[in-house]
Amino acid sequence: MALLDITNLSVRFRTNDGEVRAVSDVSLSVEQGETLGIVGESGSGKSQLSFAIMGLLARNGAASGSVRFDGDEILNAKPKLINRIRAEKMAMIFQDPMTSLNPYMRVADQMAEVLTLHKGMSKREAVAESVRMLDAVRIPDAKGRIRLYPHEFSGGMRQRVMIAMALLCRPKLLIADEPTTALDVTVQAQIMQLLSDLRRDFGMAMILITHDLGVVAGSCERVAVMYGGRIRETGRVGPIFAEPALPYTQGLLDAIPRVDQEDEELRAIPGQPPNMSRPPAGCAFEPRCPYRRPVCAEIDPPLEDFAPGRARACHAPLADVLARRITAELPEVDPIAAGDIPEAEAIPRAAVAGAGVAGTPSAPGKEAE
Amino acid sequence: MSTLLNVTDLRVSFPIRRPGAMPWAKPDQLRAVNGVDFTLRPGETLGVVGESGCGKSTLARALIGLVPATGKAEWIDGKDLLALSPAKMMAYRSDIQMVFQDPLASLNPRMTVGQIIAEPLTTHRPNLSRAEVKDRVKAMMEKVGLLPNQINRYPHEFSGGQCQRIGIARALIVEPRLIICDEPVSALDVSIQAQVINLLIRLQKDLGLSLIFIAHDLSVVKHISDRVMVLYLGKVMEIASSSDLYGNPQHPYTQALLSAVPVPDPTIEAGKTIVPLKGDLPSPMNPPSGCVFRTRCPRAEARCAAEVPALLGGDHGVACHFPGPLTEAEIARARRTEAA
Amino acid sequence: MVIDQTKMQSLSARLVQDEVKGRSPWADARKRFFRNKAAMFGLTILVLVTLFAALGGQFAAWSGEELDFSVMGRVAELGAPSLANGHYFGTDNLGRDLFARVVQGTQISLMVGIVGAAIAVIVGTLYGATAGYVGGRTDQIMMRAVDILMSIPYMFVLILLLVMFGRSMSMLFLGIGLISWLDMSRIVRGQTLSLKNREFIEAARATGVSSFRIIIRHIVPNLLGVVAVYATLLVPLMILTESFISFLGLGVQEPLTSWGALISEGAGTMNYGTLWQLAFPLFFFVITLFGFFFVGDGLRDALDPKER
Repeated sequence: MALLDITNLSVRFRTNDGEVRAVSDVSLSVEQGETLGIVGESGSGKSQLSFAIMGLLARNGAASGSVRFDGDEILNAKPKLINRIRAEKMAMIFQDPMTSLNPYMRVADQMAEVLTLHKGMSKREAVAESVRMLDAVRIPDAKGRIRLYPHEFSGGMRQRVMIAMALLCRPKLLIADEPTTALDVTVQAQIMQLLSDLRRDFGMAMILITHDLGVVAGSCERVAVMYGGRIRETGRVGPIFAEPALPYTQGLLDAIPRVDQEDEELRAIPGQPPNMSRPPAGCAFEPRCPYRRPVCAEIDPPLEDFAPGRARACHAPLADVLARRITAELPEVDPIAAGDIPEAEAIPRAAVAGAGVAGTPSAPGKEAE
Repeated sequence: MSTLLNVTDLRVSFPIRRPGAMPWAKPDQLRAVNGVDFTLRPGETLGVVGESGCGKSTLARALIGLVPATGKAEWIDGKDLLALSPAKMMAYRSDIQMVFQDPLASLNPRMTVGQIIAEPLTTHRPNLSRAEVKDRVKAMMEKVGLLPNQINRYPHEFSGGQCQRIGIARALIVEPRLIICDEPVSALDVSIQAQVINLLIRLQKDLGLSLIFIAHDLSVVKHISDRVMVLYLGKVMEIASSSDLYGNPQHPYTQALLSAVPVPDPTIEAGKTIVPLKGDLPSPMNPPSGCVFRTRCPRAEARCAAEVPALLGGDHGVACHFPGPLTEAEIARARRTEAA
Repeated sequence: MVIDQTKMQSLSARLVQDEVKGRSPWADARKRFFRNKAAMFGLTILVLVTLFAALGGQFAAWSGEELDFSVMGRVAELGAPSLANGHYFGTDNLGRDLFARVVQGTQISLMVGIVGAAIAVIVGTLYGATAGYVGGRTDQIMMRAVDILMSIPYMFVLILLLVMFGRSMSMLFLGIGLISWLDMSRIVRGQTLSLKNREFIEAARATGVSSFRIIIRHIVPNLLGVVAVYATLLVPLMILTESFISFLGLGVQEPLTSWGALISEGAGTMNYGTLWQLAFPLFFFVITLFGFFFVGDGLRDALDPKER
């Protein structure tokens, strides 16, 4: 049985200006010890998906469907159960370490608190264990530095402290939400290396949420590509990067410049991501898709297996996508400007923010206002 | 070949008052840019890369006169831009324009797109009639891929990519010869990033512009630049043509940076070796003696602490006492020290 | 391809079509404000109070200055509010019509509040924006001056001014105006400092826009939200200050009156069974303050940049 089993998970936000569908009908599973990458752009719903799994949705959000973790149904479960699982079996790290570190507490006290609370250790044992964990994330002089406050660490070190804190109770699943986006490349490389080492040492599974395809290629076994709140392609890392079966994935890979190749002109994806408070009737990618056909505008394609371990949601025949037989020549400049929304339908940014880039869950209810 | 801009020994430092110090006490100096030299030819794109705190944004702001700097920045007509009085500098301001990082924050939320794009024009060409200004703004909007009839909309009604197009239109409206782009695509999504990069390349070719393209993303810089300059702690580590720098990096820091860039190809990622850098970035208040990179360099020796390496090598400039590709043994040693 | 055709056609149609009208941040804020029930309630109150001050005089059967000799001396029995003798709000202790007096008091109090807040807005905004934008030594000197002025116990100074130069409306305005802008200038300076480092200000500076134009075109319009909120909260503060001064007997001079003066008179006689003399001015005073606070809250919600 899979460690994490998500079936038909949907997340909706009520805002002043109507309902925003952040995530629709996502089904996923993560096996013990596996690394899954979730790739998507801002507003694709990837962060809200992870918040829903962790039970950290903002107050105006509602999740439906089912999330089973280690045999327990945890979606909309009682706070007591969720809290226990969140502390002991499932942990999350964020882009900004300060969201999970209290700036007014010494690192030692913060880390020890977790252990005394959940593992019933004495303060002395807890601090000793915390030092071991800081050693494990390769913070030099952990014994001395544990007495510092979070702001006394550099950005990369702070990230390490947060990782150490998340690992204190030896979770079975670690959800990392853009863990390296704010860091420099050299630090990013170190942190990603560290995460993969720790994952191996502790035997835990990891969900890595990111917009960076390079990071995914380096550290994940399986990938799920999200667009417009839905998963549209899944598969093992190798085949997806070698032969993307979804026009969007193909477009993304064509759009990024590469440091290891001489690339000619980048093939940009024209247009803008969809506005999920007014989701399109058909496939969300249709307006930007070079393989579109009439059916795409009307019916959102379901996610279907087409090879062992691979699935995609697309109306265009697989052979056409792989052979790049396009049906529509798209102008690089999108004819429909995002600003060009009729007055009555225009959505203030606040509404979109509730679903998209999303506030950190440490301040729930902010988005509700 | 003529040079558009010849920068020598550019320095910027910020006074930082120690907390609790008396108001008259002499403040410490944070040396953000610490002696940078480079040249820029007309129609050329110079990429500037480096990690946060290396002074790349400060360099941009110094060139455009937003922060005071010392040194020399010689324009094509022989005038030193850093020595000009504010009134004389006005004439050159329309030659150098800037595109900023945050697409939305760089546009005044209370002004319409038309007003925003027109502002440089009304500042530098005050004798243009209203109708003429409007015509030029509309033509420019079309050029950057915006619909001219959107002229009366406000920035918040546009997406991030479109806001960046507005920022580019504002920079181009006075027909500058040099545009400084400070992380112009790092706030954008991948699919939008490519649109903006392509737009910049196309405009540069059409208008014969020079670009200084600052970014932390090495792959983006590689794609857009003719030559690339690597900065570390306010100093130039290496400067070379894009193909030379990426294909044959000489400075250990450049090699470490390049090895760390993730590549969207699982097979390459699985087989690559990353050159680890030990420790943290030193404080720019108190940079290391000699070579500023020596505290983290896998190849540092006693000489590196004593002598500041000069930027040598002509077209492929390297500021290092011991340039050259790192050997397997050196990388392995660096890994061991990092793990310890 | 059919879809493309129509799209391209609509595109070309749109290119020749008229310019689209923008939806300014102000329009958004207005929409949010009008959707806020509490704020609309407050605004209604304020409109009614203003109408009362402007048109109330037309309905008064008596002027505020003539004495009704029929009730004089027996105010407690005959001076109660009554439609029959035209004293809708009753009379004061001297037999003057309280309705007319409250109308006049409302006019004066509102005027004091609005003029005081206006001085604060104009002086405080320009002073604070200049100090914040110019920065450096200028900022230090300007803000230390504000600190010094703030450290003076202003109520004491105001009372002293009124005692020394006599009680007059102009002296009252001068006194209130002198102190009201200090807080405003501090708030505006703080906002300016955070605005100053925003990229659009840098963009304007890089282009060579003059400092004066940057302050007027870029900084002030972006400050107006905060200023508007603070100004609506400042009006009741000014009214309160004036009332307090008048309550002490140092405010406007008879026969002029204000809410503070009326409340003071009413409070002095409340033990003699003439509670209406306190109740009517107090009622207007309280609902107006409520109105301003509701509107101020609504404005803050509508203009808060976090929403955007």
